[in-house]
Amino acid sequence: MTSGGGHGTLLTLAGFFGVLSLFAIGGGNSAIPEMHRFAVDVQHWLSDRQFADTFALAQLTPGPNLIIVALIGYHVAGIVGALVATVSMCGPPAVFAFFVGGASEKFKGKAWHTVLSRALVPVTIGLIAASAAVIVSTAGYNLMSLAIMIGTALIAYFARVHPLWIFAAAAAIGMSGLL
Amino acid sequence: MSASLIPDPAEPPASPFTAAARQPQPTLAELFVAFATISLSGFGGVLAWSRRMMVEERKWLTAEQFNETYALCSFLPGGNILNFSVVFGARFGGVSGAIAAMAGLMGPPLTLVLIIAGIYAHYGDLPALRRALTGVAAAAAGLMVATLVKMARPLFHNRAVTGPLIALATFVAIGILQWPLPLVLVVIVPVSIVAAMVRL
Repeated sequence: MTSGGGHGTLLTLAGFFGVLSLFAIGGGNSAIPEMHRFAVDVQHWLSDRQFADTFALAQLTPGPNLIIVALIGYHVAGIVGALVATVSMCGPPAVFAFFVGGASEKFKGKAWHTVLSRALVPVTIGLIAASAAVIVSTAGYNLMSLAIMIGTALIAYFARVHPLWIFAAAAAIGMSGLL
Repeated sequence: MSASLIPDPAEPPASPFTAAARQPQPTLAELFVAFATISLSGFGGVLAWSRRMMVEERKWLTAEQFNETYALCSFLPGGNILNFSVVFGARFGGVSGAIAAMAGLMGPPLTLVLIIAGIYAHYGDLPALRRALTGVAAAAAGLMVATLVKMARPLFHNRAVTGPLIALATFVAIGILQWPLPLVLVVIVPVSIVAAMVRL
């Protein structure tokens, strides 16, 4: 949106998300801290506040969480930026999955499966914890938003409620001026 | 439907992939529509929707095939569901199948999010909208915390201390020190794999 995005900006977008895509284990949300570090701290494409808004908008969009990269790309270089960011984030893992998936019969042994699962689960947990921490620190929290966060965590842990209802309630509480 | 419930005694125990020959085969258009539907129905829980469609409604995969494919996809880099669309699409339609499935998965949310981005660019400064988004961000962070606790519980069931230590180290390096993700993963994933292999 801001810079209009020359070729240099588009290349930066493509390079960053292309590399990030291969390190995004456990899905889009575990890469949030790295996106924040690069887009806010290194490139100054967005403010903390805009990053938190972008995260919220991506959560409100159905589909894979990694759609947040399209919003970051759009902010940097409009629709072309959104397309470049999305293709860069999806392309490398897709090529990887295409070739490994085609050879998947070779990967059916249980040993590698157990080892990788035991190895990656704690890393993924650490990454999601880091994502929650980054979102909390960027959104400029007060007591009410902390209450929403803790309330949502408790509801989602103990009950099965569709996330959309939780988001609608949280948005209403926010809009009512309590935040 | 009823026939598939009774195993044919003459039939040898089929491996998941030979069984695929007798299952319905999706066309490219069906692949696109299936993943577009999964994508648009999935707020957060895309896995549950993809299972329901692939296994229960369309019967393109058996429950066992679904689990194996999904396990494979969760260990590949990138989003699980994205990898799933590629592996699944490729199995039925090669390169064009993979592209059709991926386009179905990403196309509709991309269109929606661009509309949302356009609206935000115009109205993003409205105080009421900002406060609503802060509420949503807080709720989404809360959902992450719930997922986190559910995932972390089994880590504490066995007596090994490396699992919790690796999770903690990852959290501190990325969430507090804000080190670059590739650097952290290049160090911590091999350490974690070695720990898992020697069952520390």
